[in-house]
Amino acid sequence: MDITSNNQDISEYYLPSAGDYFSLLKPRVMSLVIFTAFIGLLVAPGEIHPVIGFTAILCIAVAAGAAGCLNMWYEADVDAKMVRTANRPIPAGRIDAQSALHFGVALSTASVLIMGLTVNVVSALLLAFTILFYVVVYTMWLKRRTAQNIVIGGASGAFPPMVAWAAVTGDVSMESAVLFAIIFMWTPPHFWALSLFACKDYANAGIPMLPVVSGEKATKKQIMLYTVLMVPITLLPWYFGFAGIIYGATAALLGGMFIWLSYALLNDKYSVEENDSSAKKVFFFSIFYLFALFAVMGIENLIGRVL
Amino acid sequence: MPLHDEHKKRASRNYTLAAILGGLVVLFFIITLVKLGGI
Repeated sequence: MDITSNNQDISEYYLPSAGDYFSLLKPRVMSLVIFTAFIGLLVAPGEIHPVIGFTAILCIAVAAGAAGCLNMWYEADVDAKMVRTANRPIPAGRIDAQSALHFGVALSTASVLIMGLTVNVVSALLLAFTILFYVVVYTMWLKRRTAQNIVIGGASGAFPPMVAWAAVTGDVSMESAVLFAIIFMWTPPHFWALSLFACKDYANAGIPMLPVVSGEKATKKQIMLYTVLMVPITLLPWYFGFAGIIYGATAALLGGMFIWLSYALLNDKYSVEENDSSAKKVFFFSIFYLFALFAVMGIENLIGRVL
Repeated sequence: MPLHDEHKKRASRNYTLAAILGGLVVLFFIITLVKLGGI
């Protein structure tokens, strides 16, 4: 056997690195999922052994990564057309689509099975539902069909704290539904702000994001509407008593700022094409906003446990 | 891709996989102890 010629054949192909596989898991999205799930685990009533808690967060993180991987597998054709996503491993040719599909299915199955065997069945079923919702309902069904894709599809990003809550309590409660509702209502203004300044990219790829279908003004109105509806919901954790007054004050203050920024965007005399700073302000503030809300909720809960 | 780079990349992938599998073995062992009430 001619080893040299064999190696030359192999060397013609790009060998994916571990980093290429890791980037299939959408690490930045995963970090937000881990964070919100961790807070859900923290504020849920009851006790969970730290090892089981760690396992629950690990399963949620891997499931989120697996869902992201399956999304990249299905979306590879569209990703190749967008500047923002063209360098992802599949469109860039670093990983073949079939390998990504196998990787995503294997991680999805493993995360749900481990969650069910080591934590509890309810959290495992919720986790499986979350993956299916993101991959089937959002990615395969809604994303390319309706401008409301992000409204319904955003639910998949809202499930992690609910799954973590179920990992502690073994059930779904009003409180965990409130955590779900906060992220559910936050997702549309967050993504619509992004889609305002990435509108051309989405239009080129043929994705019917709201600014592409209904225009800039309608999108700005929808951002305003969803922000105004979201802020009272963020106060519910304080109202229901599973978050304290510091959280309530923070939610009110930051919510006011979010509304003010959305209002400034709505009344911006420039179009986003002329000046995208107000859309970018809403987008970047929305990331800080969600992080700050959950961080304060978690820190206040920890302080309450210590005192 | 030069053969040397390919070997380095392959080794790096193998070490990563070994670390993940090793980590899972340790995790499952600790979970078993927890479930049996040992910790």
